Amino acid sequence: MTTVVTSPPEPPRGARRPPRMSRMTKFALIAFAAVLIMTIAELITGSADLTTRGTASAALRLSIPILLAGLGGLFSERAGIVNIGLEGMMIAGTWFAAWGSWSYGPWRGVLFGIAGGMLFGLLHAIATVTFNVDHIVSGVAINILALGSMRFLSSLVYTAETGGSVIQSPPVEGIENVDIPFLAGGDLFGWATPDLFGWLENLDLFLISDIGGILRGFAGGVNWLTLLALVLVPLTVWLLWRTAWGLRLRSCGEDPWAAESLGVSVLRMKYSAVVISGALSGLAGAFLVLVASPIYREGMTQGKGFIGLGALIFGNWRPAGVLSGSLVFGFGDALSFRGAEVFRAFVLALAIGLLLAAIWRMTQGRRRTAAITAAVSVGFLVFYWRVEELPTQLLNATPYLITLFVLAAVSQNLRMPAADGARYMKGEAR
Amino acid sequence: MKSGRFLTTVVAPLIALIIAFLIAAVVLLIADIDPLAAFKEMWTFGTTTDSLISTVNRALPLFVAALAVAVGFKMGLFNIGVEGAYLLAALIAGWFGALFSAPAIIHVSLILIVAMAVGAIWNGLAGLLKVTRGVHEVISTIMLNFIAFSLSAYLFLEHFIPESVGGGLSSATKALPESGRIPSLNGLLEMVGIEPGGIFELHGFLIVAIALGVGYHFLVNKSRFGYDLRASGMNPAAAHASGVNPKAMVVKTMVISGALAGLVGMSLLLGEYHQYPQDFRPGLGFTGIGVALLGRNHAVGIALGALLFGFLERSALILDFIDVPREIVTIMQGVILFTVVIVYEVFTRYVTRRTVEAAARATADEAQLAGPT
Repeated sequence: MTTVVTSPPEPPRGARRPPRMSRMTKFALIAFAAVLIMTIAELITGSADLTTRGTASAALRLSIPILLAGLGGLFSERAGIVNIGLEGMMIAGTWFAAWGSWSYGPWRGVLFGIAGGMLFGLLHAIATVTFNVDHIVSGVAINILALGSMRFLSSLVYTAETGGSVIQSPPVEGIENVDIPFLAGGDLFGWATPDLFGWLENLDLFLISDIGGILRGFAGGVNWLTLLALVLVPLTVWLLWRTAWGLRLRSCGEDPWAAESLGVSVLRMKYSAVVISGALSGLAGAFLVLVASPIYREGMTQGKGFIGLGALIFGNWRPAGVLSGSLVFGFGDALSFRGAEVFRAFVLALAIGLLLAAIWRMTQGRRRTAAITAAVSVGFLVFYWRVEELPTQLLNATPYLITLFVLAAVSQNLRMPAADGARYMKGEAR
Repeated sequence: MKSGRFLTTVVAPLIALIIAFLIAAVVLLIADIDPLAAFKEMWTFGTTTDSLISTVNRALPLFVAALAVAVGFKMGLFNIGVEGAYLLAALIAGWFGALFSAPAIIHVSLILIVAMAVGAIWNGLAGLLKVTRGVHEVISTIMLNFIAFSLSAYLFLEHFIPESVGGGLSSATKALPESGRIPSLNGLLEMVGIEPGGIFELHGFLIVAIALGVGYHFLVNKSRFGYDLRASGMNPAAAHASGVNPKAMVVKTMVISGALAGLVGMSLLLGEYHQYPQDFRPGLGFTGIGVALLGRNHAVGIALGALLFGFLERSALILDFIDVPREIVTIMQGVILFTVVIVYEVFTRYVTRRTVEAAARATADEAQLAGPT
């Protein structure tokens, strides 16, 4: 990969260092501030759909494939292999999950989807680890190959069936949703539990009901695969940062030559990492097929594999970061379906938030960053005032615009694994 | 080592192609299809005069797309954004070209310039994001692709399509007037003694494409800019030390790559469709990446690769008639990509090892001749 050509950010002049906050506290504060600002924006615009149950539920559902792809990318890149082929592995996952569900039932479909992703992961591993092909080239080749092969398989399997064609499978069985007990009134062994978040939501109090609504959206009507994906986040943290295996994997991504000298089987670790990455992308594909729209349709991944990469970068190659990134991008995706009114309310919320961020930067003494942030905020304000109508086609671009904007804002301060993308051959000196 | 160069540039791609064909044959066998029959049909159909003309026509956009990608590759930049750039450029250039009439040379030149400008701006944006905000160009170009799709859909549906004769909305932009079209080369073919079959017109854009290829070769291999470009790709630190401004280099490269990307759709726009329909050929940007890799970023290699891919696409049409899924060709294109890069790596490693061994032997011999010191 080319060297990064941007210069590091300037240290603030004469500013006090702010007291260190734990990452969790910082995240909670930002999330709280975001909800507060959005509620205020809702009040101003009269639009009510930014912090409702429906938007939250959609945001969660749309964020899961991005989360899974991002986690896949995490495993691979932490071991030093750049994986651009996540999209292709996801495509394979969608196809195999649909076929598996159609032939054997939904949960077997999940397994088939994972297997499909692992297949292409193995191919990527062979090309990059054994043959030292440039990682990005191999990833692009995987995407092209996956697209073509899935189409080929469809033409063999689906064209003879009713409802099937080269680009679409017949409808398949999906996986059900569930309400979480106590938090969202789900059933516990046949007993209907109280609905805590729903009660909060119905209180109609400023901010408290909005928070209740959002949480109710997260906890109600949630799919089993969603819960599985969310559990994978702490599992990944534990696996990579609390086990010896994980330490060895991460060392392959930081300094494989040093790892090799310590006896780590670097090639085998890289293979495992990339195959796991394929498995997770395949699971992402399975999610797309088996949740919400139980059918395989060509192109249904819509670049989510790449947005997952964006979430990975945004998350600074850490699982919790990937989770927050995918929630942000999932929210953007959910917004694009809500219509122009809600979008404008969101733009207003962004403008307010950026203005506050600019003021905060100013107090830190970072004048130039503050000025730029303020300028962007003003730009959004102008957009809110002047643009009344938003055509659907432009709204469809929201997830990609948000990804680009977010990455442009934060890429400076991120650090990828040191040997990510490096050519490594066993036994050679650094 | 002279034979090393020959091995890697000629033998490696050939072996890769053979392996790819074998893999495709295996896939067909698994699907219960006779590969030999399929390949034979494809060859017979693909080598008719008409098919060959169609092959060249199909190769033109792929050639230009691969040139665009190759300019980036020479510097280690991955411009995946050719796809979005060419669609947007073709739409805007197509709309622009239908606005007026002018002497043919001027009209066509203006259309080409507009297309280049749109592509240059769109891909240049990714370059700017990389040097100012550190966004990796792979992600930014992919995101810009999707944004370009939405933007073209919006521009197309809301602003660019005229009312059709019946009063409803047509499904394409206004047709280009005669002066905005590039004439076909079939007359030239007849002069040389080749009888076109009567279905296809050889795109006149071929001349522009050849000029672009020559221009690419001279720019990259014979100019100061090309030297800086290749140096930045091979050793950014050394290039910087020799006076190259890395940030400016990135932006300039993306702009040039984007300008070429803008021209990808021009052969179709000016030579065949004469307007921008809603289903303007997609996918050329991605296939172009494959052609660039196949051609090892060299103008002649890219030309051959483009012709190969064009031939594959053309001859695939016959497969519908013998009940073979046409998608085997897409798989072949993907497999060729893989085999080429893998075989190239293997050969490079082999050649490097041979060179090192030969050098070691030579120095050992010299030391022996010099006698004990």
